Amino acid sequence: MSVLVGKGTRLIVQGITGREGSFHARGCADYGTKVMGGVTPGKGGKTFEGWPVFNTVEEAVQETGANATVIFVPPPAAADGILEAVAAGIPLIVCITEGIPVLDMVRVWEVVKNSKSRLIGPNCPGVISPGKAKIGIMPGLIHKEGSVGIISRSGTLTYEAVYQLSERGIGQSTAIGIGGDPIVGTTHVDALKLLNEDADTEAIVMIGEIGGTNEEVAAAYIREHVKKPVVGFIAGQTAPPGRRMGHAGAIISGGEGTAQRKMDVMREAGIHVVTSPAEIGETMQRVMGK
Amino acid sequence: MKIHEYQGKEILRQYGVAVPDGEMATTLEEAYTAADQLFSNGHKVVVVKAQIHAGGRGKGGGVKLVRTLEEAAATSKAILGMQLVTHQTGPHGQRVRRLLIEAGSEIDRELYLGLVLDRASARVVMMASQAGGMEIEDVARETPERIFKEYVDPAIGLQPYQARKLAFKLGLQPSQIGEATKCMMGMYRAFMDCDCTLMEINPFITTKNQKLLALDCKMNFDDNAMFRHKSLKELRDITEEDPLEVEASKYALNYIKLDGSIACMVNGAGLAMATMDIIKYAGGSPANFLDVGGGASQEQIENAFGILLHDSNVKAIFINIFGGILRVDVLAQGVVNAARNLNVTLPIVLRLEGTNVQEGRKIIAESGLNFQVGSTMQEAADLVVAAAKNALRGED
Repeated sequence: MSVLVGKGTRLIVQGITGREGSFHARGCADYGTKVMGGVTPGKGGKTFEGWPVFNTVEEAVQETGANATVIFVPPPAAADGILEAVAAGIPLIVCITEGIPVLDMVRVWEVVKNSKSRLIGPNCPGVISPGKAKIGIMPGLIHKEGSVGIISRSGTLTYEAVYQLSERGIGQSTAIGIGGDPIVGTTHVDALKLLNEDADTEAIVMIGEIGGTNEEVAAAYIREHVKKPVVGFIAGQTAPPGRRMGHAGAIISGGEGTAQRKMDVMREAGIHVVTSPAEIGETMQRVMGK
Repeated sequence: MKIHEYQGKEILRQYGVAVPDGEMATTLEEAYTAADQLFSNGHKVVVVKAQIHAGGRGKGGGVKLVRTLEEAAATSKAILGMQLVTHQTGPHGQRVRRLLIEAGSEIDRELYLGLVLDRASARVVMMASQAGGMEIEDVARETPERIFKEYVDPAIGLQPYQARKLAFKLGLQPSQIGEATKCMMGMYRAFMDCDCTLMEINPFITTKNQKLLALDCKMNFDDNAMFRHKSLKELRDITEEDPLEVEASKYALNYIKLDGSIACMVNGAGLAMATMDIIKYAGGSPANFLDVGGGASQEQIENAFGILLHDSNVKAIFINIFGGILRVDVLAQGVVNAARNLNVTLPIVLRLEGTNVQEGRKIIAESGLNFQVGSTMQEAADLVVAAAKNALRGED
């Protein structure tokens, strides 16, 4: 078992004929994900590297039976791409695109939250269940099949955590990159619920960063509901307030979203919080008694 | 993106929010003419306001009331060109290059109006408070019950009844409710039309003759939405920004200058923040945040080096790369070339991991340049902190 992605995933790629879309469509397929085709408006009816291309998401779903989509559409049109996927009834939508205007996401979220679709991202690396399938841009090679679930707002920092675990022989059940924007479809707490209920996940790494209060909400959930051990790290302990640290959502504003506060709340909830990002792997090893 | 008060007020005016008469001036002559105009129009008091992208200008001495033209000239002379220090500028302050010469108002009450994105609810929220003229963060922390909020349904936008509710909570006179509602509706439309992330009128005042006026204005735009706002983009004032950050933005590098001595170059925002953290943890201090992105080309890496080397506080460079899409060998070659082309003499510590890491390490080892390689993030952080301390000792 794993969450979100697995052998039953049938993926389409929105923006499959673009540079990023085509590169990562191959990457996902090479990792073993069933890539069914893609969508590029105006190029419907053609094939691209052997995959059928459709004009609309609706058509792609009808023709291929897709149950997941990954979006590589550029920022001005990405919100529209998400809405199109929701309208087509796709259960899992992963949006990789970075740089979507936040007011576009306010409107999108209003629709997504009242739909049956789950949105991961935007501005995220995607989701991977090692040994089974991946939807996203993460390098498959560093991963190892196992029982630690990972949740993170950042791409390369997730890779770092995965690497530290794999190096110690600790594999991962599912790694979920939830995205670095102020508004994301799946928050820390949503991802936690999934991993907490997953029988194959024995422990969880939760990586957060400055900005917002999602980590605090997740910590409250962990205190009440999660029996599995959780190792936590917050990036941006040295970040100055009022400055956006790369990710649109990584900003301390109005005294809210500091790393210190998040770490305090997480510790109080019983999470094994590490101060140094180099200690994620060894801490998990100790916690799991391996 | 931040803009000046005078620019924000111009936008507010277009959306039907009343603001005092005034002119922006970049020279003493313009300031004099603007003040002369206001006095001739019958205003008894004129305000000279420094225009910088930081709050707390009044306390720092950047806002003064004047009652004569001579006083206006002297005050303008004192403020224009001054190095204004506020709690938001840092100890060096910010040079004042522009003034707003504005009609003084007879203040009866100071209120607060604001619009912001509430991340928890993923909605825009309109805020109002009777505690105007104070730092709203302080009010929110100490007396949150004094801030009234209305959350906006994005499908239908802010509704007049919501604005009216807030207007009544502000304790306004029945005759002022309609005008206050109109102001809030105008603010909301401006917020949405301009893709704002923040809009504040603090203080929003009632005058002795019962008028409502926006006495100050803070407006921030969403950088990610600027592709659809050509005219707003022109409001950017790069003289208010750090020169190195402006330079970095030309190359689409995500760079933020800090005060430490260890420069960092990292791929990915989260790892870049974590790298700053581990430098601190190892006993050093980061000179910057720099995310070179997932697909950095050799040229990008050379540009990034150029920016880092321009910061004279930098004593050592930490390159932390986790190659996913970005192959480590490509990056290593880029670093070697850049170090040669730019004659980098500062110690460079690398930590490389991920796709094609063996090839990358070989390129570094065979380059003959002054590189050290850490096998883990911790080891590399220790090496770079030691290198920076050595360099500092060498200078003494």
